[in-house]
Amino acid sequence: MMNLTRTLAAGISLGTAIAFSASAFAAPAAPNYPQTIGKGEGALNIVAWEGYAEDSWIKPFEKETGCVVNRKYAGSSDEMVTLMRQGGGGEYDLVSASGDASLRLIYGGTVQPIDVKLIPDFENFVPDLKAPPHNTVKGLHYGLSYEWGPNVLLYNTDKIAAAPTSWSAIYDEQYKGKVTVPDNPIQIADAALYLAVKDPSLGIKDPYELTEKQLDAVVALLKQQRSLVKKYWALASDEIELFKNGDVVIGAAWPYQTITLKAAGAKVADTIPTEGATGWADSWMLSAKTKHPNCAYKFMAYVSTPAVQAQQALYFGETPANMKACEEMDKAEAGSCAKYHLDEATTYIKKIKFWKTPQKTCSDGSQTCTDYSVWQRKWQEVKG
Amino acid sequence: MNDRPHTVSVSTSDRLSAVLSGAVRRVSVILWRKPGLSAGLLLAPPLGWFLLIYIAALAALFISAFWTTDSFTGEIDRTWTLSNFQAIFGSETYRLIALRTIFMAAAVTITDVILAFPFAYFMVRLASQRQRVALFTLVLVPLWSSYLARVYAWRLIFAHEGVLNWVLHGLGFQSIEIGYTNWAMWIVFSYIWLPFMIMPIYAALERIPYSLFEASLDLGAKAWRTFFKVILPLAMPGVVAGSIFSFSLTLGDYITPVLVGGPGSDFIGNVVYANVGIANNVPFAAAYASIPLVVMGLYLMAARRSGAFDVM
Repeated sequence: MMNLTRTLAAGISLGTAIAFSASAFAAPAAPNYPQTIGKGEGALNIVAWEGYAEDSWIKPFEKETGCVVNRKYAGSSDEMVTLMRQGGGGEYDLVSASGDASLRLIYGGTVQPIDVKLIPDFENFVPDLKAPPHNTVKGLHYGLSYEWGPNVLLYNTDKIAAAPTSWSAIYDEQYKGKVTVPDNPIQIADAALYLAVKDPSLGIKDPYELTEKQLDAVVALLKQQRSLVKKYWALASDEIELFKNGDVVIGAAWPYQTITLKAAGAKVADTIPTEGATGWADSWMLSAKTKHPNCAYKFMAYVSTPAVQAQQALYFGETPANMKACEEMDKAEAGSCAKYHLDEATTYIKKIKFWKTPQKTCSDGSQTCTDYSVWQRKWQEVKG
Repeated sequence: MNDRPHTVSVSTSDRLSAVLSGAVRRVSVILWRKPGLSAGLLLAPPLGWFLLIYIAALAALFISAFWTTDSFTGEIDRTWTLSNFQAIFGSETYRLIALRTIFMAAAVTITDVILAFPFAYFMVRLASQRQRVALFTLVLVPLWSSYLARVYAWRLIFAHEGVLNWVLHGLGFQSIEIGYTNWAMWIVFSYIWLPFMIMPIYAALERIPYSLFEASLDLGAKAWRTFFKVILPLAMPGVVAGSIFSFSLTLGDYITPVLVGGPGSDFIGNVVYANVGIANNVPFAAAYASIPLVVMGLYLMAARRSGAFDVM
């Protein structure tokens, strides 16, 4: 018995040691710019969204630079954050982080500033994406903008003849049991965006900066919506199936679902309602402990070129950050530059409220905003 | 070839083997005299493995349940606190999700017992040898296909324009909206864990000697009385063993709720997954994950009393 207790104690202390070994630091990393981009290290480890590192543009890069790209696909922003911190950081060199992950990576000290002077195409970027608040802190570029797009209102054109003009459609009793929205706490921002217009007395200025009172109002709306929802979709393929099988007729979606459904012959269309839309803007971010900085810089310069930006945009159904990509897009698919609004990017981008991590500190410096963990808990309350 | 080194090497190896065999003999004598020691040595590797992998992991889980996470940077704050447990028991949502999970596990278990018992009884008592083989195959074949494939298949069956409604329409009935509800989950769970209930009940029924049935009938008991007084008590350990499978497998599942559940279908596992994957709040997930652990512990204790482990 004595032995057993001792072994148990050893086991427990081992478990504690494992749990403790994760280092604790939390401050943005200082800049450590290279003078020039040197010779490639022969390898590059990246964490990316599926569809963000396709052979058609990765293979030419490998051939050109000799940097073999090892790809790890992540399914969520949080998985990306976890992967970049894994093993104390440094296992991966680059990550294609969305706006709801980028600030966490910056303030966690996981990523380091990028010298945009080494990226020739940077000057051709949409002005709003050169130093957006989701990847630039105190003038330091912790992320290099890549591609972006809106979250749209998707509907079945057989069942809904006229395009809905307001997000109120997904809160409307007439579609009871036929609505689908993403199973994601950031969905709270979509509801906040709608409420900001519908109920100005709440005083919502930024859908990602909600006081407790504003958050409660949004959550009340979402709880009401729950009785209309057929399913909270977790994967894009879930939503595609729901529309295909006639389980839902309207819902919040990405342009990717619209493209896929249309390609499969489904009668659907999407629209950005008058309230505007939330959206994503992805950035390539460089690990603070990267082991292949030269390959990483070569890669960032390469994926910023018009040709790659256009390929990426058409593959995934999104808009490039590089405005010069317009020509390349039209060459590959006539009219696609206008279809993804790159020709009017400077004005179109203003309609979109890009995802960013909700924080306790509001942009005016007060501590009255609600943070992501509160949103996450509220979202659990909404869907039950 | 020179002879000498050869001789020397033989004699060295001889001496070595003599020393070795002496040592082996001495060790075996000690082990024979102290059976406890030999048992200990035999058990040490698996026990060490068990302690390291299983107990240490559980210990780490329990310890981290008392920590918190910095919600923004995701770093773990190692100050001891009960705040995770307070959040769980103070929130109606988390209480409801825990109760929903336990209730569903119980409902699925009862359903499976009701379905599996007559099936297993038929296999043991009434089926011919050939029928029995056929039934065994029918029970086990679904286990050869992926769990995910079977859940997805049910999703297509329940869809608005799915197989079920197509059949109902063909028969002239109204279509029903059962997809993405808790009812759908109940049906899918009951289907998926049914083989795990049939097998132990079959094993238990097979061990009841036929003479006991005859004795019961000879002594004037009617069929129902024979069932309740003879068959059911003797088959009970099999029922409990099967229920451990169906109960614990349902309790720990989180994929079926994602795939066939609708709004208000989240299980304990989904909350754990969301807190690890979406919120990066491992301590809270650890605290919530201890609920099924406690429930299962109580269940296993009750099962052990009933003697279910004798037939497993």
